[in-house]
Amino acid sequence: MTDFRMPSLGADMDEGTLVEWLKHPGDLLRRGDIIAVVETQKGAIEIEVFHDGVLEQTHAALGATLPVGSLLATIRMPGEVPAEQVSAVPEPILQPAAAVPPQPLPSQAKVSIDVLGQFRITPVARIIAARSGIDPGHILPGSDGIIGLREIAQLPQQPPKHRIGIDLDEMRKAIAAAMARSKREIPHYYVGSALDVTVMSDWLSSENAKRPVPERILSAVPIIKACALALRKVPEFNGHFTDGRFLPGQTIKMGIGIALRGGGLIAPAIDMMEMLPLDDIMRRLTDLVARVRGGRLRSSELSEATVTISNLGDDSADMVLPIIYPPQVAIIGVGQIAVRPWVVDGRLEPRKIATFTLAGDHRVNDGRLALRFLKAVEQYLKKPEAL
Amino acid sequence: MSRRITYREAIREALQEALRRDPRVFLMGEDVGRYGGAYGCSKGLLTEFGEARIRDTPLSEAGFTGAGIGAALGGMRPIVEIMTVNFSLLALDQIVNTAATLRHMSGGQFSVPVVIRMATGAGRQLAAQHSHSFENWYAHVPGIKVVAPATVADARGMLWTALEDPDPVIIFEHATLYNDEGEIEDSGPLAQPLEGAAIRRAGSDVSLITYGGSLKKVLAAADELAREGIACEVIDLRSLRPLDDKTIAASVARTHRAVIVDEGWRSGSLAAEISARIMETAFFDLDWPVERVCSAEVPIPYPRHLEIAATPQVPNIIAAVKRALRR
Repeated sequence: MTDFRMPSLGADMDEGTLVEWLKHPGDLLRRGDIIAVVETQKGAIEIEVFHDGVLEQTHAALGATLPVGSLLATIRMPGEVPAEQVSAVPEPILQPAAAVPPQPLPSQAKVSIDVLGQFRITPVARIIAARSGIDPGHILPGSDGIIGLREIAQLPQQPPKHRIGIDLDEMRKAIAAAMARSKREIPHYYVGSALDVTVMSDWLSSENAKRPVPERILSAVPIIKACALALRKVPEFNGHFTDGRFLPGQTIKMGIGIALRGGGLIAPAIDMMEMLPLDDIMRRLTDLVARVRGGRLRSSELSEATVTISNLGDDSADMVLPIIYPPQVAIIGVGQIAVRPWVVDGRLEPRKIATFTLAGDHRVNDGRLALRFLKAVEQYLKKPEAL
Repeated sequence: MSRRITYREAIREALQEALRRDPRVFLMGEDVGRYGGAYGCSKGLLTEFGEARIRDTPLSEAGFTGAGIGAALGGMRPIVEIMTVNFSLLALDQIVNTAATLRHMSGGQFSVPVVIRMATGAGRQLAAQHSHSFENWYAHVPGIKVVAPATVADARGMLWTALEDPDPVIIFEHATLYNDEGEIEDSGPLAQPLEGAAIRRAGSDVSLITYGGSLKKVLAAADELAREGIACEVIDLRSLRPLDDKTIAASVARTHRAVIVDEGWRSGSLAAEISARIMETAFFDLDWPVERVCSAEVPIPYPRHLEIAATPQVPNIIAAVKRALRR
């Protein structure tokens, strides 16, 4: 058996509210399946499993707010025997042959007895709770141990039920906590270069001209890929600063800053960015943006990016000095691509220019490494067909 | 035009009206003539209607009740007065085995349009042989209707309707009601329907379900509870057979709590029947188990303080309501 616990979906998360079980005891689980939805400050997050197996038992009730690391479910691994069968096996040692151990109660019966023992609820209160989607297990009984209409009436107006979307107030608090911690703890330095991205931009235009509209690629995609490849060359920027030391990331799990319409932003991550073809990155970005705006992200996308990129996009500003998201040690900022007068081979030419900046954690790395990173990005963007 | 009269006067007016309207109507029972009735309901009627229609009978409940049933079968509209429900047990055979069954056993050929009035209940220090409440025994029996007028208007209005009914009707008059005053509206029709409960007071916190002599105690409890901010709905059953399930269920669905006040003994009581029906019709609306306020399971005592202690009183009702509201 393997325990499935409340995952940490970021350094600033210490608890989550279970809002939906998408798998139920007895269901077959494949690695990557979405097992549950957890409400966090970042919205409703779809939680994935990391094992193949069978969902043996769930241990958390809907609506329960649980600290990170709390037991949510047990998963029976391939080849393991279900719990009932284990207890049904007769003990072979020193047992007289005639003594048949009593059959254990079906687990179903045990569960319902436990539930009844936990609280007493009046019929009308039970029905109102069910209609409002409130789990009676999370209503505080009166001093007589009973949940009645009075306890229902005392519940907050907004019951803790499944919200689709992101609570912007909560998100603002999360951003405030993370950014304040970053500015308090991390000695930032900033290194930037204006890079000529004309080659990449022209190649992309000709590439997109060959494609139907839905398959076209945004210029952010080769930029992200180039940064990911450059990070592979300068791995000192990819990882976490934890317990006073730097732990490099095994892969490049790149957080993408996505602004929300109502304010706030979120940086879900795409893992192994350095290995993904551009089409894949484009598809996943489109999917991410849609799901961020719908407030449905997956746990693997929110758990601990190893680096973040903040790409301002078209018609925005030339430069950004971004703030590192702890415990990461660097963040990349990319300004808009704009046509500028540029000196090429001693001649003035209109070129497409974008300013790349890197904010680094000076406890872990230095500006010289940032220069190497920026040079590498420039090189990759000069051979876009190889991205 | 409304006027104030006592419950006793209301019964007498109703008897007088019936005797005047229909020559088939006559009254018989112990002491109804010369004495004017054990509770004084027929005073003066002998003078107006004569011995043929106001008939004093021997002390034989089985005999005169049986005679009343026979007269009803023969086309008359008899009103039989039994001094108290305790004595009516002597007439149970006539009521249950004859009056209640003849329509059924004759294949609908014979009806028994008899009206049997009797006093019931404790509260006048008449001791264990004159103070009980056996309404539930009669309400158990198919073939008869059982009513319990609790107000002066019902006492005035239910008798004529009962006489018009083709089947036996038993009217229970609680012995503590006769001196109580109430309003009679003379401008409208006086007749009151036999069936259907009445909501005597509307409220949203708890349904108090009662009948007969307990109604005034329940209303007093509701007044006191209102001062504490508890809004009681008071249901007067009026008819004990048939019971008005609809009104009860609708009220409990609004208030989510029910307290039944019944002067009968708890075991096998009308309160038990009503409680069971609430389970059948309104279980999912309940916020508390149905509460019952009934008489102690002893013969009703003679001493005043013990009689009070043995029967439902305002403080018991208030306590039950507070239990139901978890206060």
